[in-house]
Amino acid sequence: MADTTIHCDIVSAEGEIFSGPAKMVFVPAAQGEIGIAPRHAPLLTMIKSGEVRVQTPDGQEQFFFVGGGALEIQPKKITVLADTAVRAKDMDEAAALEAKQRAEEALKGNIDKIEQAEALAELARAAAQLKMIQKLRKIKG
Amino acid sequence: MPGTKEIRTKIASVKSTQKITKAMEMVAASKMRRAQDRMRLSRPYAEKIRVVIGHLNKANPDYKHPFLVEREPKSVGIIVVSSDRGLCGALNTNVFKSTLMLMREWQGKGAKVNLCLLGSKGVAFFRRLGTPILASVTGLGDKPHVKDLLGSVKVMLDAYRDGGIDRLFIVNAEFVNTMTQKPAVTQLLPVQTIDDGDLQDMWDYIYEPNAADILDGVLMRYIESQVYRGAVESVACEMAARMVAMKAASDNAGNLIGDLQLIYNKARQAAITKELAEIVGGAAAV
Repeated sequence: MADTTIHCDIVSAEGEIFSGPAKMVFVPAAQGEIGIAPRHAPLLTMIKSGEVRVQTPDGQEQFFFVGGGALEIQPKKITVLADTAVRAKDMDEAAALEAKQRAEEALKGNIDKIEQAEALAELARAAAQLKMIQKLRKIKG
Repeated sequence: MPGTKEIRTKIASVKSTQKITKAMEMVAASKMRRAQDRMRLSRPYAEKIRVVIGHLNKANPDYKHPFLVEREPKSVGIIVVSSDRGLCGALNTNVFKSTLMLMREWQGKGAKVNLCLLGSKGVAFFRRLGTPILASVTGLGDKPHVKDLLGSVKVMLDAYRDGGIDRLFIVNAEFVNTMTQKPAVTQLLPVQTIDDGDLQDMWDYIYEPNAADILDGVLMRYIESQVYRGAVESVACEMAARMVAMKAASDNAGNLIGDLQLIYNKARQAAITKELAEIVGGAAAV
């Protein structure tokens, strides 16, 4: 029995996507699509974004979209570590840049609401003092 | 003696506050359950990836990935996970406190500290300190997504590769149970020795294209999944802490209403007594 099916797990960081027996699994590996039958040799590879096809023992096919990730094959088990996000080198770079920029903005003191309120209070105090001084001057003068 | 009308308005205002805190408590309770589910869902990925790294480590002991090599810590990076919103008790304060302790510890050893902040409370707090902040993300919401975290994690990983930081920690609130959340410090880089488990099912893989690239990809994903776990756990903690804080607030509002009601009744009775006394006094005078 173990010869005709292989256990397949597709997991992502945000949850399990598929888990169950399969007759055959097709995965878009880094160097081209590969089909995995039971008793495949142990293999580790990265996968590209694309679709993973799982043929279940009852002859049906299930499709899953993966944004990339890693694939591990053991003779009786396939593990697809799927990325939830589609990542390209440029996109990662852009996201990193954005995170940096946000940090810089935060440091620069992009006035948030609390600070705005504090500044306004300070302003009001200063204005009141100024008024007081002017009043005192009038009385003296 | 305060007027009865004033007390009545006060009671009404406290009552409406209580309604709000009660609603927030219930919302937090249901959100907490969902956050806990997400925490549970992220576990299989992390476990599987750990196994793969263990295999890779055993399979090619001659290749040492920079993420696995211990270096002289001249500067450290700390990822601080905090919430975006307040009203959740001492949760963020506790996380910041243990971050400060960690910072002081490393500064005492002569290492520089670089921060990466997740959550706007952290940004608001650490901005004043003047510690360099390499990256920050805010507005992750109740359902943090991996893709929102990738940018910041990449900044830190790049800094590690370039030698800008020699060690990377993550500080986040750890979910013990609904009543207890405590800050936890975990070392992300260098990856601490992953227990290899059973050695007997030892075989080597076929690597495509080569082991180094795969190890790189897998280790990066491992770190990312750890940061994601931290973020999700932090949300669960935030909700639990808010639930408890709002429950306490509702209870306090209840007590306050009870006390005010008592004062109100006394004031009302005093007024009636006074009026009666006046009438009786007036009748006696006639």
